[in-house]
Amino acid sequence: MIRMLIPLGVFLALLALLIAGLQTSENRKLVQSPLIGKPMPDFSLPGLYDPESTTSRADLLGEPFILNVWGSWCWACRVEHPFVERLGNEAPIALVGFNWKDEREDALAWIDQFGDAWDRHLVDFEGKVAIDLGVYGAPETFLVDHEGVIRHKHIGPIDANVFQDLMRRAMELKAEAES
Amino acid sequence: MSAELGQISLILALVLAALLSVLPMIGAQRNNEALMKLAPSLAIGQFVFLAGAFAALAWAFLQHDFTVTYVAMHSNLLLPWYYRLTAVWGSHEGSLLLWMLLLGGWMLAVAAFSRSVPRIFTARVLSVMGMVSVGFLLFILFTSNPFERILPGPIDGRDLNPLLQDVGMIFHPPLLYMGYVGFAVAFAFAIAGLIGGRVERDWVRWSRPWTLAAWAFLTFGIALGSWWAYYELGWGGWWFWDPVENASFIPWLIGTALIHSQAVTEKRGAFPAWTVLLSIAAFSMSLLGTFLVRSGVLTSVHAFANDPERGLFILAFMAVVTGGALTLYALRAPRIMTGEGFDWISRESALLLNNVFFTVSAAMVLLGTLYPLIIDFMGWGQISVGPPYFGAMFILLMTPVVLLLPLGPFTRWKRDGFMRILQPLAVTAAISIVAALLVCAWLGTWSLRAVSGWIGGFWLIGGALAYAVRTARASRSGLARHQWGMTLAHAGVGVFLIGAAMVEAHTFERDIRIAPGETVEAAGYRFTLHEVAQVKGPNWRADEARFSIHKGEREIARMNPQKRLYHRGGQTMTQVALKPGVFRDLYIAMGEELGASGAWSVRLHIKPFVRWIWGGAVLIGLGGLIAASDRRYRQQRRQRADASLASGAEAPA
Repeated sequence: MIRMLIPLGVFLALLALLIAGLQTSENRKLVQSPLIGKPMPDFSLPGLYDPESTTSRADLLGEPFILNVWGSWCWACRVEHPFVERLGNEAPIALVGFNWKDEREDALAWIDQFGDAWDRHLVDFEGKVAIDLGVYGAPETFLVDHEGVIRHKHIGPIDANVFQDLMRRAMELKAEAES
Repeated sequence: MSAELGQISLILALVLAALLSVLPMIGAQRNNEALMKLAPSLAIGQFVFLAGAFAALAWAFLQHDFTVTYVAMHSNLLLPWYYRLTAVWGSHEGSLLLWMLLLGGWMLAVAAFSRSVPRIFTARVLSVMGMVSVGFLLFILFTSNPFERILPGPIDGRDLNPLLQDVGMIFHPPLLYMGYVGFAVAFAFAIAGLIGGRVERDWVRWSRPWTLAAWAFLTFGIALGSWWAYYELGWGGWWFWDPVENASFIPWLIGTALIHSQAVTEKRGAFPAWTVLLSIAAFSMSLLGTFLVRSGVLTSVHAFANDPERGLFILAFMAVVTGGALTLYALRAPRIMTGEGFDWISRESALLLNNVFFTVSAAMVLLGTLYPLIIDFMGWGQISVGPPYFGAMFILLMTPVVLLLPLGPFTRWKRDGFMRILQPLAVTAAISIVAALLVCAWLGTWSLRAVSGWIGGFWLIGGALAYAVRTARASRSGLARHQWGMTLAHAGVGVFLIGAAMVEAHTFERDIRIAPGETVEAAGYRFTLHEVAQVKGPNWRADEARFSIHKGEREIARMNPQKRLYHRGGQTMTQVALKPGVFRDLYIAMGEELGASGAWSVRLHIKPFVRWIWGGAVLIGLGGLIAASDRRYRQQRRQRADASLASGAEAPA
């Protein structure tokens, strides 16, 4: 009888290991962006409504901001859009939209349909700045402090939990900038 | 509308599965014929509704119904209809639906082809499978519903992962799942046998064709996956020891042990408890594989929609299924009859040895796969176990298998002598060594891997043929199907071994820089790049390099590898150009454009005998199917072992 229980014992040990593994799976997946803690790379990009205007890194310095990478072709961006809008309304710092590899007309039509949540727009049609930024796929959201250093990055759509987390971090950055 | 119909079908299937898991089981316990008779009808009904649900999802894809979230995520207006159809199982939710459909199909088959099995037993088997069904249907409905709507729906969908827009992907998951799910049949037979209390040789015999068929499908599925990775991923390898590959390989190893231990249990009644345990293990490992792939617990190249919540559900399900089965085993196994004893040198021992090697291999692969978890658990930091571990371990464990395999079929049951087994094979061994050396001399290769691969391969093929010839001479009716199957499968191992050894020993691989008009010479071939053109597909555009390949003065191939950009997802994909051949594959993959000069970085591979890897696997799988179709398994009554068998004469395994 005891001998017959060995398989069950082995299985239970395996199960325990898997349950423990599930708890820590997020840690294993967390690939820290090498750019976190580094200054945001230099860039100069056109705006969305006014393609003639340009924004560079220097224009954004001085205040912390949230950089949200999106595209009209990006399906998950629609999913996260309600939270992006809330960020635009509720976050204490500026929300910059980073329109990535998109046709201007498509992007404008998308904004017409879903609403403009961002305080400011950058357009990276060729995706070169995105490479410097280490953009992995849209949507992605960066937090940049008042000295232009990338402090945090979230890969994937924003959900309720991520929204709370981003709000908390944004407030910290705001406080840090004011002190 | 179709999504709602699908949803309702799925719920009705769940209701029928729930009834199936309870009523016939009660009927079998109380010996109530009416309740037991319900089992086949419920299984048929369940299958009909599963097919309905599957058809509803397929319809939503074909009709571009982007209000269905799953469709919007994995299809778009540009996607051709055949990929829209296969997109049904292109991601987590739909592939689970496919899984269920196949489980329903296996249940239907069990209901249809089990007339020779007593009703009480079929009722229990179907009932156990019904329980498995319930678990998976709950999983789909609560965590992975493919019919969820998004309103208003997007105008156009996203895209099917370009990696999956390929013919290999059309058949790879269904075959693999056929195997995975097929082990549920062997599992159900074992559980039904345990519940029945008396483990008889009979139920092992009934479950053998099912196990063989499931194992054969799994073989095909794994081979197809390997082939797909070879030409689609553009890395040129055929096996990567990726956690997801391992997840399919572990059940295969256990299944291989199982089909051999079933032979012993059926023929001689020896180690029945072990056979039951392997039946449980094979299906449990399939479940574990599902867990590893879907939960995101391990990082892998196979990007499935990962979700720890789903992982938790599968774990809970596994705890019930495997935990329950093993508890039942602990309670009932002591009562399982034990067979007659056997000598050290006997076919029983040979098959036991096979089982030891295959289960230990499975355990080693499992250990290697879960190693990152163990490390994390122990707090040793993060490391991953690479191919070197698996490769070294496998060569170590499989070398004895290769050496001993041809001896197995020649061994008698119960008791035999070394010399009697070795004698007829001595000639085979000598021939295979000489032949291998001749081939190596002809190919001009003397690397250890290649030489040992050829010797091993010829030894296996020769041994299998020697068995076939001897058996055919000994019996008037020629080889029975199961003997044909075994011969084919064992020879297939030899073919596979030659392919694997040659690829590992003599793959030519070089990254070159080449501009249009230039010619590069490599390994006796001249590769000329004529131009790099822009081409367009239904949902992508690509840079296509136009190569011609010469050997001597003769042009042997024109090859056009592509670098594709898919419009919707913005993903780039390397489309490899292949010139397949029996003795070597030419393989060109495009890298990056180098500056504005028009030159490209290109990777050339020449892979000798690479087709033999999959050819061998196909032979192995076919062997399994042929053995499964043996007439013996469909006989009404078991023919009692006749006197000649009892006295230890050769009997088919």
